[in-house]
Amino acid sequence: MLSRTADHLYWMARYTERAENMSRLLDVSHRMSLQLPGAEIGYWGAALGITGLEPVYTAKYGPITGANVLRFMAVDLDNSSSILSSLRSARENCHAVRGTVTSEVWETINTTWLEARDSVSAKLQAGGPESALVEYLEWVKFRSHLSRGVTVGTMLQDESFHFIRLGTFLERADNTARLLDVKFDELAPKEGEGNEYYEWGALLRSVSAFEIYRKVYRDVITPRRVAELLILRDDMPRSLHSCLKEVHQILALVANARSDETRRRAGGAYSRLQYGRIEDILELGLHRYLTEFLDDTADLGNRIAQDFLVPMS
Amino acid sequence: MNNIFNEMNAPDGAVRPHYSRFQEWLAQMPPEQIAHKRAEADSAFHRYGITFAVYGEDAGRERLIPFDVIPRIIPADEWVKLEAGLTQRVNALNAFLHDIYSTQRIVKDGLIPAEQVFCNAQYRPEMQGIDVRNSIYAHIAGVDIVRAALPDGQADYYVLEDNLRVPSGVSYMLEDRRMMMRLFPELFGRYNVAPVEHYPDLLLDTLRQVAPAGVDDPAVVLLTPGAFNSAYFEHAFLAQQMGIELVEGKDMFVHDETLFMRTTQGPKRVDVIYRRIDDDFLDPLTFRSDSALGVAGLMSVYRAGRVTLANAIGTGVADDKSIYPYVPDMIRFYLSEEPLLLNVPTYQCRKKDELSYVMANMEKLVVKETHGAGGYGMLVGPASTQAEVDDFRTRVKAAPEKYIAQPTLALSACPTFVESGIAPRHIDLRPFVLSGKEVRMAPGGLTRVALKAGSLVVNSSQGGGTKDTWVLEK
Repeated sequence: MLSRTADHLYWMARYTERAENMSRLLDVSHRMSLQLPGAEIGYWGAALGITGLEPVYTAKYGPITGANVLRFMAVDLDNSSSILSSLRSARENCHAVRGTVTSEVWETINTTWLEARDSVSAKLQAGGPESALVEYLEWVKFRSHLSRGVTVGTMLQDESFHFIRLGTFLERADNTARLLDVKFDELAPKEGEGNEYYEWGALLRSVSAFEIYRKVYRDVITPRRVAELLILRDDMPRSLHSCLKEVHQILALVANARSDETRRRAGGAYSRLQYGRIEDILELGLHRYLTEFLDDTADLGNRIAQDFLVPMS
Repeated sequence: MNNIFNEMNAPDGAVRPHYSRFQEWLAQMPPEQIAHKRAEADSAFHRYGITFAVYGEDAGRERLIPFDVIPRIIPADEWVKLEAGLTQRVNALNAFLHDIYSTQRIVKDGLIPAEQVFCNAQYRPEMQGIDVRNSIYAHIAGVDIVRAALPDGQADYYVLEDNLRVPSGVSYMLEDRRMMMRLFPELFGRYNVAPVEHYPDLLLDTLRQVAPAGVDDPAVVLLTPGAFNSAYFEHAFLAQQMGIELVEGKDMFVHDETLFMRTTQGPKRVDVIYRRIDDDFLDPLTFRSDSALGVAGLMSVYRAGRVTLANAIGTGVADDKSIYPYVPDMIRFYLSEEPLLLNVPTYQCRKKDELSYVMANMEKLVVKETHGAGGYGMLVGPASTQAEVDDFRTRVKAAPEKYIAQPTLALSACPTFVESGIAPRHIDLRPFVLSGKEVRMAPGGLTRVALKAGSLVVNSSQGGGTKDTWVLEK
């Protein structure tokens, strides 16, 4: 297929996934700020930190407040990483290749953008109540589930499909790693202060993993197990392990004459997760481990672009 | 204009024979059911995204071209004549294009003044001496036809213009049919309607037939300006129906006198381009250097005969309104046949005596810019104010060679759903004529309808709608 077509499909999926994960992040920040009044500024600052957009925020809004950070990250079109911007980018990418996706996929992505822009965001941009915002975050997650379901349920499993899935899992790997990194940085030092149940619980919920945790460990929530669950479990759909498993498999399906090295590197990252131990990860330092992981996914992203999406010749 | 030909009713009000079964069906349909079906059509067109892109402020919003559920029905014997006339006309136009880009016999024989051809902005000297496959230039022609009565005459079919550059609208022909079959399947039991669904197959076959010599299994692509073009829906639709890649200029590059597209499996050779961008934008090295829509070096590959462009470059010189009056002569000159389809009598303002007639009678005439298109740059005398007529008079006087004039045609009308119920509205017809090894077309074409009462302008950019077009089988 055309490289540009693959590029649009890949980014359509990445932006859709990014919008969903941003909703998850804002959701957990919001829950924490409700449960632990007083510490909220720290949470919102961390939420900003995840995207590296603090300078942009400060220039526009000044001091950090929950309401402003929410607005900045959820509906501000000046912020290219906001949920609304991501939904727009997903729609623009889909529009450019609407003949390649099924009409159901196009309708879903297009409707998501139109509704987000017209109804939901209008309320919020006018400084609406927080409950509207929480509803919006839920709705974004729901629409992302819908996009994914419609893709899997209606598309031929050809190259188009593979590049959509490649975008989804690479973005999810990146987003889960960032979420873990920020939250551990913020929560770990406070171990033993008594609040961790709520805090780790909120983190787990943000990646739909609270019930999974209970099912898998049948025990109290500890940071070590949370890390293990979100990094190493191969049956946890948002873990780094299962994301890289998909990326590695898809790269085999779309392989071309110059993609061997990319596949080899994806295989390396995958096997480190497959055979990794949480003890070793914690000993190395979680932050350092995740930083290296994020470097790996960024490298894979660049290589995928060069091999398939925007080749120089 | 009291002698308007009504497609459904004879002057005495009787229903014409080919509409009688439709009329019976319509009479027994409860109005609320029709209203319901019309709403269903609107919502389905929206959902499928069969729309026009809207520019600017409302980007992301898209506009529907109104669809009318009353079909335009063409009896079998009328279509037989139209098809023969269209085939003849397009053959002559292709012969003309081949002639002026090679030996220029028609000019040397004095049938068409040299300056009419070579000073025409649409004439492309770059095409001189290039061999195109099968000597076909206009592979896809959208010939606009109206049924009309001249102020004093009988109603007949007339060719209004030959669109030989990048005619659009065929996706609406296909979608209108699909919609009618979905809304009113029972109607297709009452009539033997000639199918049109095979048009994409015909088009692909035509494009494959004109691939460069020696290429057995040509790679055909559709070149679009991109998602922000107003006809993008049609580009995506046709590419999907034909199963070919929808490419933009930046997806392709020239290497070693060969054209390639960038794919996920590496560079792939391209042999035939169905291009939906204008000549000017095809190759920044030859034409407009600021064009980002084309491919640098494309012309060098084209000149070497290693890629086919459909349509060829420079076809605009044959569909220009200043060349239009000569088409009947071309048919006699190249084919030694009498024209089967009528041309509208045309006054060329560049000729002194015709100019003075036009200046004196502008209130009665339709005046058109020779390069205008899309219903812009024209004056419909009888429907204009004195000020508008005077303004045009000044413009024509300043540059008479840029204008032609024709008698105001009473375009035929077809019953159409409007706010007040069903009323006659003016229509035209655009058949899509394909030329490869032979000339072929899907029966009928796109019927456009002017939804404003009395309006003669059917262009979608001017508020026109469309109807399904039925050619009856014998």
